[in-house]
Amino acid sequence: MAHYCHSCGNSKTHALEKFNVKKEGDNLVIALAGNPNTGKSTIFNALTGLNQHTGNWPGKTVLQAQGSFIINGQKCTIVDLPGTYSLLANSADEVVARNFICFGKPDTTIVVTDATCLERNLNLILQVMEITDKVVVCVNLIDEAKRKEIEVDIKALSEELGVPVIATSARKKIGLNELINTVHQVASGKILTNPKIIVYDQEIEGAIKELEPQLENLLKGELNSKWVALRLIEGDVLLLEAIKDYLGETLSSTECEVDMSCAR
Amino acid sequence: MCSIKTSNINELFDQIASKTGDKYKDSLRDKLVDNIYRQAETIAKKVVKEPKNKIDWDGKIDNLLTSKITGYPIMLLILGLVFWITIEGANYPTDALYNLLFSGEEQLTRFFLFLGAPDWLHGVVVLGVYRGLAWVIAVMLPPMAIFFPLFTLLEDSGYLPRVAFNLDRFFRKAGAHGKQSLTMSMGFGCNAAGVIACRIIESPRERLIAILTNNFVPCNGRFPTLIALSSIFIGGALVAPYSNISALFAVIGMILVGIVVTLLVSWGLSKTLLKGVPSSFTLELPPYRKPQIGQVIVRSIFDRTIFVLMRAVKVAAPAGAIVWILANVYVGDLSLLGHFANFLDPFARIIGLDGIILTAFILGLPANEIVLPIMIMGYLAEGAMLELDSLAALQKLLVDNGWTLMTALSVMLFSLLHYPCTTTLLTVKKETQSMKWTVLAGLIPLTVSVVVLFVLNQGLKLFGID
Repeated sequence: MAHYCHSCGNSKTHALEKFNVKKEGDNLVIALAGNPNTGKSTIFNALTGLNQHTGNWPGKTVLQAQGSFIINGQKCTIVDLPGTYSLLANSADEVVARNFICFGKPDTTIVVTDATCLERNLNLILQVMEITDKVVVCVNLIDEAKRKEIEVDIKALSEELGVPVIATSARKKIGLNELINTVHQVASGKILTNPKIIVYDQEIEGAIKELEPQLENLLKGELNSKWVALRLIEGDVLLLEAIKDYLGETLSSTECEVDMSCAR
Repeated sequence: MCSIKTSNINELFDQIASKTGDKYKDSLRDKLVDNIYRQAETIAKKVVKEPKNKIDWDGKIDNLLTSKITGYPIMLLILGLVFWITIEGANYPTDALYNLLFSGEEQLTRFFLFLGAPDWLHGVVVLGVYRGLAWVIAVMLPPMAIFFPLFTLLEDSGYLPRVAFNLDRFFRKAGAHGKQSLTMSMGFGCNAAGVIACRIIESPRERLIAILTNNFVPCNGRFPTLIALSSIFIGGALVAPYSNISALFAVIGMILVGIVVTLLVSWGLSKTLLKGVPSSFTLELPPYRKPQIGQVIVRSIFDRTIFVLMRAVKVAAPAGAIVWILANVYVGDLSLLGHFANFLDPFARIIGLDGIILTAFILGLPANEIVLPIMIMGYLAEGAMLELDSLAALQKLLVDNGWTLMTALSVMLFSLLHYPCTTTLLTVKKETQSMKWTVLAGLIPLTVSVVVLFVLNQGLKLFGID
């Protein structure tokens, strides 16, 4: 019989509260990541009907914006993360985006990309997919790419990445319904993704292999062990502290849950 | 076993940390990045097809907009065009609003007479609150409603990052971050927004410089004051069509002074309090995009114009009442406002202002929008009742109270350089988490403005120009 400890609640709710995101009942939490100036805010506005200010310059979204929409009767809270080129924590923005995806554990992360310079955007997609499986790629500004005679093979991209890819033009409201539906299906587990894993040089892969089993044991599936292993090798002190914090809370809440049942 | 001790993780982390030296970490990170990029490239090659010999229009436009020879003139030209449209376009609606709002005042007065309301009530409500509101709306609304959509167009089209690119060199020489020109541009809308925008600057040192100097670009609370005073005193000295052109040059001049002061203070800070070398960064020039006209108008009118106006109105209403009371409660043969203004007057005169002007700036701390209205109310309370239904009437009021071209110039400079409003200061507090920097964010501009006005006014006196 499972008992639930009310004093500590659900660990995920805890983590989300840190980001000021309220999780109620079976609401879904969707994160919106992407390079700067790819139209994240435009997508955010189109999905939520909110009017966050948009602008054509990198770094527009300095505040983490939140909104919500309802799909198939289910409320989705959508969080507009700051635009970043990577998740390697070179700047405060990158730390915010990475921590949210890593510890906030959104039900789905949409990575918004610019169809006119996809290659630059792929780095971020690959890095997001290292942290979470639940990814939907949105190839935005597809109309602009067409105008510039750039062709993006959406189907091939989806096969390469192992996650759904949707072409959109947020400004012209093209592809948004498909995006929402796909996001919902991934969030609710109707679409299972199989993200492409980055294969590193032998030396690095070797180091990962050494660490992974120990980590798996410790992380108990809370975080992706390969990703954490990489960060350990990299010596990302900030993240290590954050992981300690996170695990401290999570594990103590599981501990609490188990203890309750032991007591009965 | 019910639980796992988290200390195990600490141990594991420590073990690994001790194994990997810093040098090893750096090369490892490069390898990681390199691996990721290579795979991105491989995928992109498979799925993206680009035209072979396309004309790179963005590149061609960029060559024009960011070259050393054509970049700056075009920048000034665009800036000039925006302000010219604002000044030219704001004239007529401003006068129309004055007429409308002041005929409203007459109606209200009649209504109060009809009710037999006491004089003080009429004074506080009509001459204080209503008049304060009317001035704020008439002075602010038209320029904002024109300026904001134009500015948003520049933002949407992708021109702002080009400005940042052009100015990068100057900011670097000043020991500041190139992205500061972006945060500076945001300050044109609102300094509080500009201060928040400073988050895009990663280095804490350069971020602080950007925060402390954001005040030197006029926010929309101060813009209308600059525009009104330029139109009256600098444009007014000449006949149309030269009047608007000269007013335009005055406004652009003020902006350039603001930018130069920004650079000088940034330089000063990077040599004293915030020593260091500018960090390098890559500024991405986004593709040009056709702005969405409808979006731009809705965004700029609702998000900015109405928002800012409401904020001003919220401050102007109580401020109007307070100023009226201060101007009508007498101690001896002088009102409280008069006493206060008299007390400040000797000092104010040294820097080319007068007691009422300085009082207005002090009472206007919560929002710069209400500085000009407070000045007007201060003058009106002392002198005879005037029918203030146009810019011409405003000019008469100011001239009657001893304003000269030098006074107008001093007020404009003080408005441009003095301390930011309380909202901005609170934002600085929130962003820096430090009382020291918040106080400095107020004190540095105040010192700069007093020094500039002192040197200007006393210098001119020395040469016999007054």
